[in-house]
Formats: sequence, structure tokens, C-alpha cells
Amino acid sequence: MRVRVPTPTFQRSARDALADTQLRTNLARATHTIRTKRAAAVAELDDWEELREAGRAIKARTLRHLDRYLLQLEESVTRAGGIVHWAPDAGAANRIVAEVAQAHGVDEVVKVKSITTDEIGLNTALTRAGIEATETDLAELIIQLAGESSSHILVPAVHKNRAEIKELFRAKLGATGLSDEPADIAEAARVHLRAKFLSARMAVSGANFAVAETGSVLVVESEGNGRMCLTLPEVLVTVMGIEKVLPVWADLEVFLQLLPRSSTGERMNPYTSVWTGVHEGDGPKEFHLVLLDNGRTRALADPVGRDALQCIRCSACLNICPVYERTGGHAYNSVYPGPIGAIITPQLEDSKSADTLPYASSLCGACYEVCPVKIDIPKILIHLRGKAVAKKQDQGWRAKADPEVLGMKALASVFSDRSRYERVQKLARAGQWPLVRRGAISRLPGPLSAWTTVRDAPAVPEQTFREWWRANR
Amino acid sequence: MRAELFITCFNDTLFPDTGRAVVEVLERQGVTVGFPFEQTCCGQMHYNTGYQSEALPLIRRFVDVFGDAEAVVSASASCAGMVRDIYPMAAEQAGDEGLARAVAALAPRVHEFSQYLVEVLGVDDVGAYFPHRVTYHPTCHSLRMLHVGDAPLRLLQNVAGIELVELERADECCGFGGTFAIKNADTSAAILSDKTRNILNTRSEVCAALDTSCLMHIGGALRRGRAGVRTMHLAEILAHTQDGG
Repeated sequence: MRVRVPTPTFQRSARDALADTQLRTNLARATHTIRTKRAAAVAELDDWEELREAGRAIKARTLRHLDRYLLQLEESVTRAGGIVHWAPDAGAANRIVAEVAQAHGVDEVVKVKSITTDEIGLNTALTRAGIEATETDLAELIIQLAGESSSHILVPAVHKNRAEIKELFRAKLGATGLSDEPADIAEAARVHLRAKFLSARMAVSGANFAVAETGSVLVVESEGNGRMCLTLPEVLVTVMGIEKVLPVWADLEVFLQLLPRSSTGERMNPYTSVWTGVHEGDGPKEFHLVLLDNGRTRALADPVGRDALQCIRCSACLNICPVYERTGGHAYNSVYPGPIGAIITPQLEDSKSADTLPYASSLCGACYEVCPVKIDIPKILIHLRGKAVAKKQDQGWRAKADPEVLGMKALASVFSDRSRYERVQKLARAGQWPLVRRGAISRLPGPLSAWTTVRDAPAVPEQTFREWWRANR
Repeated sequence: MRAELFITCFNDTLFPDTGRAVVEVLERQGVTVGFPFEQTCCGQMHYNTGYQSEALPLIRRFVDVFGDAEAVVSASASCAGMVRDIYPMAAEQAGDEGLARAVAALAPRVHEFSQYLVEVLGVDDVGAYFPHRVTYHPTCHSLRMLHVGDAPLRLLQNVAGIELVELERADECCGFGGTFAIKNADTSAAILSDKTRNILNTRSEVCAALDTSCLMHIGGALRRGRAGVRTMHLAEILAHTQDGG
């Protein structure tokens, strides 16, 4: 029996992360570097806003007719010699991948960087089935060797610095005498991975896009390790969220401009691999496409929340986010961290921890401004906060005793009546005297004490504005 | 010209001087300022924290109170943003077509103070005098929701005697975020530390902004650290004149 330990709330995990000064330094450096690069790459295009609008429109239209495009994709892939599987949830997807491996008598697979396979916990499931999965993306490999989880969509090991990675490789890859020069670190990984590429007979990937019209599947990457996985082994299995489909080949024109500039701040990503089914004597002999739902159709049913499914996983919102920059990705306890994680995870997963994610934002709006497909993240956060509150209030007697619910209801009642509001203003002024020192309050009671841990609060002045107006006008 | 002052519950109760300064500056520009006493709160805190059914009566109340106004001027950028940007979504979600129509008619007439001066009145020099070293923090909602652009900076640049110092990483959030400052107090404090560090690096006497809520957060930390830097709403700077106004 598996014991389920409840995932901690964002607040709790953030507190630990914020205290880690090395992590804060690593994150500030990395996010600011990539932020500056993105801004420069975007500024080069004078039609960036039109591209964003095109990206949004294509994604919105695709999601409106998702059923049709998915069936068309299945047909196109099948026609090109691929095999399509439908996975309603994580368990089903994992079973499909393991069964393909077992059918070929394979006990090791190489993996292309894929967040979707993290979402379904594929590596753990494969290990349980006696199959060893090796991550071949450098950052994913670092995470795998460290026994950690990814903390960023694009750069999973963003929380680690060079010296930490060198130590890890020394310990886990036996690379003694390794320096912390990036080229040396990469070489150690290359030596380790090359053997895997040559021996593995099966690869697993995710997908950035799939084209319904042609049945083509596409992966973008920077290292070329993905391409090794996509071309060397005999069997290729791609696990793809159903929202990744695009109607026609020409749509890629928009997204292959939006994605690299938003994610790595490059005009073009170094490797773009596209494949359509299987071809005799060229690449894998067998191709499986696993179409994963895992909560996506439920999100699609929410007229506000569904826009989150437009995401192309560029991670620009993580890099610009003032919260992510300080806490890093692990605090979100979610495969998808940052602002996009705060709107995706609560829709895919029903848990108390996920309900704290929409609150992990100051609603500053920087994420919306950089999103290449114009997802109005702040509005979806507010919408999901509404759902979290409604859920809390449905819990009956417990909600009635919750100080936040009580306070909010009391304030709403105060604001709904002018004379009540004015009475409370007077009461606050009269009742504050035990707390006020030299015109300010340095210690507030109850939940408000969180305010005064690092800040003073102003005292309520002698005269409200309306009293002044009454006296002087 | 006539404008109704949307003081906001926050300024009414905690920062009346900001309201008085807004009135002074507007009246000096020849605007007749009115103050509807029935106004209370726009519902921003409730709505943004997820208490949307509690916010709805407050939204209706705001529309009732200000519905007939020629122009509404707000002393808070985020409250003006609430009306202009969030009210339409709230009305739609409530499925109330009448409210949606009323909001669509009212929202374009609701202005943030600096935008009203620069964009509606066409004034970027209000004849103010303020001989101090000042840095300006562009609050998130003024910048990214209302798109005030350089309106507040133009107003500040035309203040006589002012020494305006650029704030590094100015467009980054200060970490306030309404109830975020309470619910995620530690993260809020971490973001705030970087903001106050950048403010202190400017060696300014004053940090100005368009929202007293963000300023309460920034100023509260500066005061706690006895930093010797004070916070002021833009209107309070613009209300100062050479003859001691």
C-alpha cells in the first residue's frame, strides 16, 4: 500500500525556498539573464504583437474544434504508418508506454526532454515495470542524477549553479578531476549519454506541436540529444497532451517564431525535429503517439480557465514572475511551476495544495505581457481563486469558522452600507490606541500580524477624507 | 469640466491627505470636483481574493453611485483598473446583461488621476514646486492594466525644483498584491526587499507612486528599517506650490 503524504501548500514550501540564499542568488541571476535575452529577441520583430494575436487565435480556434482536429491527427498519423493510442489519464498513458517496451523486450529507454511525461510520472512507472529510463537532456539528466524534480519548464536545473553540478557529476558519473567549466561538464554528460544512445532500442519523447493535416510531430531543442533519441532507436513513443495539436502545417510559421524568442531568447532554436509516421530505412521502424487527456477536457469545459490550454510551454512567464524569481519552481509542488503552473495544475489536479497555487501571485500582470499566446494569466488566477473560495465555502461548518471567510463577509457587509462603513471608520480610529506608537503600528493582531512582521502599518488618521470634505465644503 | 472623486475606501480611511491633494490639483486646473458620499469600496479586494459573490453587490453599488457622472477620477490606479478592466469580466460572469451594459458605459469615464490630467485635460505641467530628490515607482496596475505610460513621469519632470532620479528595475512589482501580502507574507517580503534596496540606491528622500496601497507596503518597510525615506502619492507632490500650497 502506498502512503499518501499530503503535498505542502505553496506558502509553506515558499518559506523554505526563500531562506535558501544560494538558491536566491542562482534564480535571480538566471531569470534576469534570460529575461533580458527574451526582451532583445522580441524587440527585433516589429510584428510581434500581430504574431502573438495570430498564435492566440490559432490556439483558441483549435481548442474550439479540438475533437475534430484530434480525429484528423489520428487519421493522418495512422496513414503515415504510426500507431495512435488514447490515454484518458496518467495511469493509462504509463501502461501504454510500458506495454510497447515489453512487447519489444526492451528494458532501457532513452528520453527526450518532456514535461508531459513528468506530469504522468512515467519514469517511476517504467522503473516499477523493470524498465530503466535515462534522461538525455543535460538539465533533465542533472535532475535525474540528483534524484530531484524539475524546477523550471525550460531549464529544469535552473536552481543549481555550475559548482553544484560539477560536484554531482563527480559523485554520480565518477567524473573525478572534473572542472566547473561548462564545456567540461557537458563533455562528461556526453560521454555518459553516448553509450546509452547506442544501446537503447526505444526512445520516449513529448511533443511541442503535432499537425492534424499531415500527421507530423515536432520537437524543438537546443542540444541535439533529442534528435539522437528521435533517430537512432528502432521504436519511438511520443506522449502528447491533446491540446498540442495544430490544424495545418502553415500554422508552424507562427509558433516557430513565437516559441524560441519567448523561451530561450533566440531567433531560432538550434534543433527542430519533425517526423511523419515511419519511413523504410530512415529512423524508427515503429512510431506510437499517445494522446493524453489527464484533466484537459475538464479544463476545456471551463470558459475562463480553458485559455490555459493555449500554453506552448515557453516559460517566459516563469522568468518574468516576481514570485518565481524568489521562490523557484519547487515551492509550487507542481510539475508546471510559475504563473502558468498556478493556472494549469489546479485545473488538472484536485488537491488542497493545488488550490493554494492561484494565490502564489501578486497579480502584477508581467506574465500576461510576455505570454506569446496572450493568455490572460491574472484573470484566470482570479477566476480560480473564486473556485477555491467556493469550494472552501461548500465545506459547511468549517467555512463558517474560518477567520478569512468571516472577515471577508463582515467587510462586504460594512461596505454595502454607507452609515455602517462610516461607523466602522470611527470605531477603527477610536479602538486603535493600544497599538499606535508615534503615528504608526508595529504589531497588528491575528492574521494581520503577517503584515507587521516586516512593515509598520499606518495609524488611522484624525480625520477621514469624507469628514474633511464635510467640514470644508 | 466636472469630475466626481472616487476616493477609494483605502484613501478615505487611511490616506485622506492624498484625496485632499487630488482635489487641490484638479480644482487648480479649473475642474469642479464632486464627492458622492454614498461611495464605499469598489470590491477589488474581495474580487481578487476569490470572494466574487461578495464583491458583486459592491460592483453594483459603484455603478449606481457613479453611473451618471461626466467623469470619475480615482486616487488609486489599481481601483481605477478594477473598474475599467475587471468589472466587465465580473458582469459577464454574473450573467447580468444590464450590469454589463452599465459597466461598458461607465468604465471609459473612470480615470486614474495622472491619466485624467494628461490624457483628458491635456495638462502635463500643473505649476507645482517640490525641491526634493524623488524617485518614481510605476505600480503594476498603472503600468500594465491602465497603460499610463509616461504620463506620471511627464507631470513629475515639469515640477519646479524637483530632482528626479531613475529607479533601477522600476517596472518590477513591489510585492504588495493586496491580500497576497498577508497570504504569502514571506514571498511578499522577499520581493519588497529588492524594491526597497533599489529605492535606497537612488538616495532619494521620497518615493512616489500612483497607489497608496503599494506605498503603504513600501513605506511601511522603509519606516520599519528607519531608512529616512518617505513615500508620497504623485498628487501630494503636484499639490505643492511655490507659495506654500
